[in-house]
Amino acid sequence: MSSRIAYRLAMAAITLAGVAVIVFILLRVVPGDPIAMMISPGASPADIAALRAHYGLDASIPVQFAVWARDLLRGDFGVSISLHRNVLELLAERLPATLELAVAALIVAVCLGGAVAVIATLLDDSPVAPVIDAINGLFLAVPDFIWAFALVLLFGVFAPILPLSGRIDPALDARFATPFYLTESLVTLHLSTFLDVARHMAMPTLALGLPLAAIITRVLKESLREAMVQDYVLLARLKGMSKLRLVLQEALRNAVAPTLALTGVQFTFLIGGTVIVERIFGYPGVGNMAIDAVINRDLPLIQGLTLVFGALFILVNMLVDLLVVAANPRLRHG
Amino acid sequence: MAEATAGAAPVLLSRRPSHTLRACLREPKVVAGGCFILFLLVLALGASWIAPKDPLEQDILLGATPPFWLPGAEPGHWLGTDDLGRDALSRVIYGSRVALTVAFVAASLAAALGATLGLVAGWYRGAIDATISRLVEIWMAFPPVLLSILLVAVVGAGVGSVIAAIAIIDWTRFCRVVRAETINQASADYVTAARAMGFSQGRILLREIFPNVLPVLIALVSLEMGIAVIVEAILSFVGLSVSSDTPTWGGMIAQGRQLLHQGWWILAAPLAMLFLTVLAFNLLGEGLRRALDPVMRR
Repeated sequence: MSSRIAYRLAMAAITLAGVAVIVFILLRVVPGDPIAMMISPGASPADIAALRAHYGLDASIPVQFAVWARDLLRGDFGVSISLHRNVLELLAERLPATLELAVAALIVAVCLGGAVAVIATLLDDSPVAPVIDAINGLFLAVPDFIWAFALVLLFGVFAPILPLSGRIDPALDARFATPFYLTESLVTLHLSTFLDVARHMAMPTLALGLPLAAIITRVLKESLREAMVQDYVLLARLKGMSKLRLVLQEALRNAVAPTLALTGVQFTFLIGGTVIVERIFGYPGVGNMAIDAVINRDLPLIQGLTLVFGALFILVNMLVDLLVVAANPRLRHG
Repeated sequence: MAEATAGAAPVLLSRRPSHTLRACLREPKVVAGGCFILFLLVLALGASWIAPKDPLEQDILLGATPPFWLPGAEPGHWLGTDDLGRDALSRVIYGSRVALTVAFVAASLAAALGATLGLVAGWYRGAIDATISRLVEIWMAFPPVLLSILLVAVVGAGVGSVIAAIAIIDWTRFCRVVRAETINQASADYVTAARAMGFSQGRILLREIFPNVLPVLIALVSLEMGIAVIVEAILSFVGLSVSSDTPTWGGMIAQGRQLLHQGWWILAAPLAMLFLTVLAFNLLGEGLRRALDPVMRR
């Protein structure tokens, strides 16, 4: 087990280094000058050269990479060119918003997808079963981008009950000790603040969570159907256990492993999806910032952001691997 | 999910085309999805005859008029107009051109790149496989939307960049599935027989294994087309696709989001079109996968 974890950590380090190298090279071999975007029209060539030297952009690419990697290992991510602030500070400020959004979407997806799978299994031989299948099939085809705008039309125009953008009502004079607004307001029982943050998060959360819910429903329902014809379930049924208890107590426990592995992989895609969904809803997370960083050619910020996304991807994958092993005794001694 | 189809027996796709076609047409999803894509193709090719108006023609006096079933609608503008008085229906019809171009070209390129690497990795194994597989893993650690925006931002906006970005990002989907399928096929008896007959490696790979990987690949290409349409819309939305005087669904969606208070239909029309197109490509891909895969057909 421990050698397995060590191997995974080594592989993760290689992947992350690969991400860093590729982004670094990509940003420097292609045309487009970050300095050109920040100078005023009247700047002299000497000013430009000075600015270039200030950001270390006058050195050769390998030297630039060496400097960046050395600073990175010391925990120094550099300074954002467009926002003139420490990249690590910016990340620390914005990442919690994205994490809260992604985790909220995951919780919605697991609860909704799980509930629909259980209900569909209970109604397996009723006439509504094909209807549930058809609706789920539709949900499987619709990506977060389309959901986001469908929700905007639904809850922003036809039944305007949810705010269209932002993370919190600016008129609400709320003070936070941490950047985890939703969690903090819940823990400290500031319920009106919690409600406001939750309302702002509702649409982006649903846009990200609904496609994942559909995937969970499909896979879990398939596993449940297989589990329902196993001997131990039949035995429990012969003992007179109700179908609801059969599904919840017997089948679900054994059907959950494949869903767990798939949910983990899909969660990494969901994290990627936050980029565009945050943009659509003006949600102040790292994804929204990433799009601005790219448009402004803010090299240090883009590099920091891609590393964060890469690290999240790897972390989630490793956690899922561990969870799957923990959930399956046969793999524990593999 | 596509990996689940691994283990399929050879389908003999190239040897009995009429049989394969009939199997596909028996699948209602293929028919439904295919019909809509054909309809869209006709719209795109015949846009200049079909569209009732010039998609760029402005009429400030007719700004943001609603679609025909709402009061205040302007005759001739069936789906209403945007803030500049441009006809929404005509713009949606013209928008299908960019969407379909990107869908077909980008998905084909991604498939060609990914399938080649997947075949090579799955057939030769060893160090080549290890290198390609690691590359795939590194690639997948990037959020695709961020990577596509990054690529297009550095190369410069335009349809060509969008297509290149999609191919460069999404080859991994094909690579993983084709690699798994190739490994699977390589252990089949017919490959052993081909080896025993002294066929060259290249011949076995291209003439024996590739045709048997093709069914999985075709279904995947259709699904990828749906993804490509979305990515193009996302890039248009961010303002990194074609120039603003070419109508695109993503560009119209971005505009509609800004003009939500003036009229929801400016957003709804391109969104509906995008939804139907993605749904059609998904149905087609799902249906093809069922029709072409004997294991799933059972």
